[in-house]
Amino acid sequence: MSLATAPGRATPPDADAFVIESPGRRAWRRLRRRPAAMASLVVVLVIVACALLAPWIAPYDPTAQSWSAVRKAPSAAHWLGTDEVGRDVLSRVIWGARASLAAGVISVLIAMAAGIPLGLVAGYVGGWTDAALGRLTDAMLAIPFLILAIALAAFLGPNLTNAMIAIGVTATPIFIRLTRGQVLAARSEEWVEAARAVGNPHWRIALRHVLPNVLPPILVQATLTIATAVIAEASLSFLGLGQQPPMPSWGSMLNSAQRFLAQAPWMAVFPGLAIFVTVLAFNVLGDGLRDALDPRGR
Amino acid sequence: MEGIVLQLIGKRLVQLVPTLFFVSVLIFSLQHLMPGDPALVMAGEERDPVVIEQIRQQYGLDRPIPVQYAMWIGNVLAGDLGESMRLKVPVSELVAQKLPVTIQLAVMAMLIALVLGVTTGVLSAVKRNSAWDWVVNVVGLAGISTPNFWLGIMMILLFAVHLGWLPASGYVSPFEDLGRSLATTIMPAFVLGTAIAGVIMRHTRSAMIQALDSDYVRTARAKGLSERTVVWKHAMRNALTPVITLGALEFGTLLSGAVLTEQIFSIPGFGKLIVDAVFNRDYAVVQGVVLVTATTYIVLNLLADIGYILANPRLRA
Repeated sequence: MSLATAPGRATPPDADAFVIESPGRRAWRRLRRRPAAMASLVVVLVIVACALLAPWIAPYDPTAQSWSAVRKAPSAAHWLGTDEVGRDVLSRVIWGARASLAAGVISVLIAMAAGIPLGLVAGYVGGWTDAALGRLTDAMLAIPFLILAIALAAFLGPNLTNAMIAIGVTATPIFIRLTRGQVLAARSEEWVEAARAVGNPHWRIALRHVLPNVLPPILVQATLTIATAVIAEASLSFLGLGQQPPMPSWGSMLNSAQRFLAQAPWMAVFPGLAIFVTVLAFNVLGDGLRDALDPRGR
Repeated sequence: MEGIVLQLIGKRLVQLVPTLFFVSVLIFSLQHLMPGDPALVMAGEERDPVVIEQIRQQYGLDRPIPVQYAMWIGNVLAGDLGESMRLKVPVSELVAQKLPVTIQLAVMAMLIALVLGVTTGVLSAVKRNSAWDWVVNVVGLAGISTPNFWLGIMMILLFAVHLGWLPASGYVSPFEDLGRSLATTIMPAFVLGTAIAGVIMRHTRSAMIQALDSDYVRTARAKGLSERTVVWKHAMRNALTPVITLGALEFGTLLSGAVLTEQIFSIPGFGKLIVDAVFNRDYAVVQGVVLVTATTYIVLNLLADIGYILANPRLRA
């Protein structure tokens, strides 16, 4: 006779302790205990809010030039100063968050949309498909990230959409390789064998049983790749291959700032600081998520 | 056991062939991403249909794509990477001219990264969970999150504009004037080096923690060896193998980083070559540079793997 059905057994003092916690809830509980990760989550949310609310919170029009306010140092009227044609740096930094975040998130979504299915197929089907995809992944990873992104953006033509595509394509092999590795590990697990034993079709096993279990590490990688993608977008825009003028992006702001370093250093300091804070926040959040989602942790 | 080592190396070499093939296909296909007729792009300002037709024939653009690939790869294997449309110089010549500059920069950067990364990594492993460990970790994470072109701009602001200690840009060859060469390359090398010092630090720290917890270190301590000998001779020697492998892989990051760093410091290296080529729509140069970079990276990767196999006593014994 099991304990639970023992007659006259008292209710356990902490009934909640026996309720099975969902993986998402457990991860959130563990993430909340990490001050650095929570702080970075707040920073990320603030940046997202800035990007979404840019038209309402930016004090000036980010493209409005003013010849009476050229390269003015930070002041009460312009908190972060003005640039070489008198545009407000704060407004441009706020609007720049749109280009950076959009590039970070959309390019990672592109990479996931292409990489996860390919990784699932490679890991699940195996054989020649796996070998061919493996060599293709090797080949793409053999070309340094930024150089491949620059080459792709250059051949596609310079604009923000193409920069996102270039970064997304460049980041795809990371997700192919990660998904494949996770699938290989999951394939031999008991629950997958059980699903196979009861006669589930392959697609159902791949989508319903394997995919949910490989998602946590992919989520961690996605967060860290957003950080890489934000730097990549800033780099491409810095080179003139991303966001085109007059719309602001942190990278292109740094490009024009370089010409006025001696006269207007604030033009270089703030957009760079914005990139740094955003990338740092995503990196710390990614590290925190990794710990929170680790099944070995408590 | 020599046989196993040779077998492993042989297997690794065989794997290289399909990878290199895919890399070449990828780079070849780049030009087909271009919107419009490549012959028109190559013609540039020229609008004479006769000239355009001539270009089409010269580059085999009127032939089927697999034939075009075969022609291209045949030339590449013979050492012909095409010709720069703007400078009218063979791409291989340009590469040979610019590569040494970037290699100088990369080697200096790697030295800076290894010195910074390994010493801080070892110290924070030895003083695990101390305030020092925390500071090193935070600085390391900040280093990884700093876009290196921004760090470059900030260093120019401080050391060239404000203090006037170093030149803001330009390059002097070490064979011409070693002192001035170092003065022009120290800032970009530092910028590049810090980008990977953080990664090296993290790996050194975890490898050292593992080594310090191992039985042979406990034995060395039990023998009464000084802590210094235990850390720097016994633990470090074993912890360094993965770090050196990683160093070889990080050369790819250095080549990527060099693109922007050279742009900021106006250093006429490999990175500047590709950026200038992109803006002048000099596609043969872009393809050539990407191909050389990828091949270099693959070869370094291979050397790192072989080094790892040779350094592994379990395979050598």
